Amino acid sequence: MLSSEFVVRSKHINALNTELKTLNFSRAMIQEKIREKARELLSKKAVDLIIGFGEGSLPLRATPLFIRSLEETDRLIWNSFCENNLSTYLHKLSQFKVGLVVKGCDARSIIALSHEKRFKPDQLFLIGVPCQRMVDRRRVKKAVKGEILRAHEQGDQIIVEGEDFKTILKREDFLYPSCQGCIHRTPIKADVLVGDPVEEFPLIETYHEIEEFEKKSPEERWKFFEKESSRCIRCDACREACPMCYCAECFVDSSNPKWMEKGLSPQDLEFYHIVRAYHQTGRCSGCGACERACPMEIRLTYLTQKLNWDVKELFDFETGIDAETPPPLSTYEIEDKQEFIK
Amino acid sequence: MEDHWEPKILAFLCNWCSYAGADLAGTSRIQYPPNVRVIRVPCSGRINPLFILKALQSGIDGVLVSGCHPGDCHYLSGNYIGRRKSATLKRFLEYLGFEEGRVQFSWVSAAEGGRFSQVVDEVTQDIKKLGPPRRFVKTSVEFGVRSSE
Repeated sequence: MLSSEFVVRSKHINALNTELKTLNFSRAMIQEKIREKARELLSKKAVDLIIGFGEGSLPLRATPLFIRSLEETDRLIWNSFCENNLSTYLHKLSQFKVGLVVKGCDARSIIALSHEKRFKPDQLFLIGVPCQRMVDRRRVKKAVKGEILRAHEQGDQIIVEGEDFKTILKREDFLYPSCQGCIHRTPIKADVLVGDPVEEFPLIETYHEIEEFEKKSPEERWKFFEKESSRCIRCDACREACPMCYCAECFVDSSNPKWMEKGLSPQDLEFYHIVRAYHQTGRCSGCGACERACPMEIRLTYLTQKLNWDVKELFDFETGIDAETPPPLSTYEIEDKQEFIK
Repeated sequence: MEDHWEPKILAFLCNWCSYAGADLAGTSRIQYPPNVRVIRVPCSGRINPLFILKALQSGIDGVLVSGCHPGDCHYLSGNYIGRRKSATLKRFLEYLGFEEGRVQFSWVSAAEGGRFSQVVDEVTQDIKKLGPPRRFVKTSVEFGVRSSE
């Protein structure tokens, strides 16, 4: 087990190195190709709008961009800060034909959403981007003293500048946790792929954190969960950022039956986080949008990744890999495990 | 207080099997612990994980979900669907730090009055061993005490 893990990890690092050499070049190329495709789709009127990424108003940020005309297409960008899962916006755009820029995780969300019939089959055009993993802006901010005023990328480096400092950081030290463990970076389902596919790794990479956590005692685990959920301010940003959270009436808002009080009692916060995570069973693509959206920096993906792993172990199902296999909780096998039932 | 503590256990029983099983236990004069409070549901597949969590949050000491044996579901596949939900929920709660055994599952048919009493007996013993829940129970607003104490 350990040795195979080591092989996986060193293979991982080698692949990363070769990837980094071509990084600068490929980012610019991908950006150009995205714009090209956007122009083509819009001029052919194949789509009503393109959803992609644009330059954010703050350093280290990219913002979702809704493009409807040819002139605007030059605002589309691609860099290490294009972190949002854009499939979230599909729920509000059911009457439009949409061209969507998707990373590996976003494409998986799309397949998961297609199981739930959230859009018409010919409504989408997916511009797939093999993902080079996204940079955690919060960790970059913590790594430097003072306010960051400018930031740009050069190869495998992030160069951040403030009033009286200029720091060069290594890109791979600042990747999002969900990106570090990502196993499907090349979009599985895309109408066109811009850039070359990247190498994929087995699920064991993601499982690492969960395995460590499971070794702790139930008391410790609960203490951690309590500590994390107690910071929650119930802003529902995790829910809004998640492409799979689209219930017309969320259990949080329901008044009959009233599952939750409006206040911030610790038990209600725990209740919210348990149910929000559990509702993702067999539906979560592990994109980490929930965690990135959280203003209180609560760890959330350790919950959803556990569910992903359980679903894989119990039902041999991975979200968004295959459009034919039904989601695990909507189907059954006669032979399902049941040793936990008296 | 601890010495006299008796657990409150909520049992979600399927109308077509376990509920009738509990009935049979009653009409056959089979004894089982009075700690269990029964809620009749149309099928074990009807159980929303929210029910279980809400019960635990409200100060219930243990939850039992009981449905038909595989192959016996009145709705053909409800218990199979429920089984998948139960399996993932149970694992998830234990991962979070809930004690193993706080939430339990069983198959009991309408003809198994004796088995029903045995299951309730076992569950009650398990919960008694675990003691009152120390986490997740909502404190009462008025008095600032846990509702289970």
